[in-house]
Amino acid sequence: MAAALQLDRMTKTYGAMRAVDNVSLTIREGERVALIGASGSGKSTLIRLASGLILADAQGRGTGAVQACGLKVQEGGKLAAEARAARRNIGLVFQQFALAGRLSVMTNVLVGALGRMNALRGTFGLFNSDERRTAYAALAEVGIAQHAAKRARELSGGQQQRVAIARALVQGARLVLADEPIASLDPKSAKRVMDTLVTMSRDHGIALVVSLHQVDYATAYFDRVIAMNAGRVVFDGPAAQINAAFLTELYGASAEELILPSQFAVAAPPDTKAPAETHSSQTVS
Amino acid sequence: MFATDAVHRAATRTMPPPPVTPLATRLTRLALAALAVVVLVYAWHEAEMNPAQLVRDAGNMATLGADFLRPDFTDWDVYANAMLETLAIAIWGTLLAVIAGIPLGILSAENVAPHWLVFVVRRAMDACRAINELVFALIFIAAVGLGPFAGVLALFVHTTGVVAKLFSEAVEAIDPAPVEGIRGTGGSWLQEIVFGVLPQVLPLWISYALYRFESNVRSATVLGIVGGGGIGMTFNETMRGFLYSQASAILIMVVLTVSLLDMISQRIRKRFI
Repeated sequence: MAAALQLDRMTKTYGAMRAVDNVSLTIREGERVALIGASGSGKSTLIRLASGLILADAQGRGTGAVQACGLKVQEGGKLAAEARAARRNIGLVFQQFALAGRLSVMTNVLVGALGRMNALRGTFGLFNSDERRTAYAALAEVGIAQHAAKRARELSGGQQQRVAIARALVQGARLVLADEPIASLDPKSAKRVMDTLVTMSRDHGIALVVSLHQVDYATAYFDRVIAMNAGRVVFDGPAAQINAAFLTELYGASAEELILPSQFAVAAPPDTKAPAETHSSQTVS
Repeated sequence: MFATDAVHRAATRTMPPPPVTPLATRLTRLALAALAVVVLVYAWHEAEMNPAQLVRDAGNMATLGADFLRPDFTDWDVYANAMLETLAIAIWGTLLAVIAGIPLGILSAENVAPHWLVFVVRRAMDACRAINELVFALIFIAAVGLGPFAGVLALFVHTTGVVAKLFSEAVEAIDPAPVEGIRGTGGSWLQEIVFGVLPQVLPLWISYALYRFESNVRSATVLGIVGGGGIGMTFNETMRGFLYSQASAILIMVVLTVSLLDMISQRIRKRFI
């Protein structure tokens, strides 16, 4: 089985700044990984590189290669020919939701089906009843089916983020990359979104990479933690090894940003499906 | 007050004298003022400005004014028909321009189209905008003959240039995140436009299109004067026949129609913004 995500010697510089510095890593199928680090440590850049939204520096053949579920996204600073096919396997969740605010929640979720549809039908937005059923089931799974007809921007931040997760579900993603998905949410919505992400990953065997700057979330929800600093991976191992002393050792004074006490203590992740939120027994394949 | 006085005294003791405008700057200003005067005098002669003529020909003005004050609506149905023709010219001229302006506007937006294409399309649109509707009307009259169709084509070409520019500016101001959201799902370039760009720019586009329709109704009234059909043609005929009372009636109808349409379209535009 191919790895869910494989990065090989990725480097990205902006001017004189090395945002990502020679990073290689592998995420296994169905694995859940937290990507932590202070602002500016390269987490977002790494996620954007992995999805091919930005290209790595060209440093010769074989370097800067990204493979997702066996399909090449980019290599040597060039987008791969099969990048679009590869992206279909990658669901993206952004800090600012990246939804079309004026379109309905339903349409925003249906957009996930575009990659697998006939191009012409997709372009004109002629979704068939099968796709609509899938989208509705995905909305039910993240617990916002009742808002399907509303405009996306009428929803709260946490609800919008769950629309983005439903979109990844409809997409049939094998890997979800979430870039600071809870950074602009209040603590209660943040917890709910994290629960939804982890439940989705667990129920469908979807690999999950979430960048966070709250370490307490990383240790509560994930087994494996990758820590970045100044564009480099400085730690990659079990979450159990992460504690305040360790973080201070890694980040010095900037560790404070990572271990700020959150308003609500982070409870353990749901071992079973959370009630009400994911009551639907329909699964989306 | 004492405190401020003290501060003031302290400041004047320690501060250098206020800056004086240097001589070079003052001379430059003087030269620029002289240049402005020279340009104005030259333009006065070139434009054959002669206010005395207004006084000398006051009799003509009085006749004209008197006739205009007695609008003659006898042939109002003829004028109404011509006005409807003008509206028809504006409607089709604007609609064709909007249809052409959508792809051209997208292709001249830096953030969605390749640079070389943006450059080419933009220059073409500049050309469409640089040439006035009247000039296009003269060209199309030569091509398709006198009449409203020439007017439609003239409005179409000029307005396409305007609308494409306005549309592309709206596209360039969008939030890139929703577009990346679509790209992330593996959508095509066209699908990024349809689901990521269009929902963001549509309200603005509708508002721009309506605004252009308003100004095209105004332009269409003029097109007739050079033979592009509509009310302008009728107006031109009455003026040439010294039928000032009828010309006055036509002008009143134009003003009423244009104001009414402006009001309606403004209402519609408000709903979209």
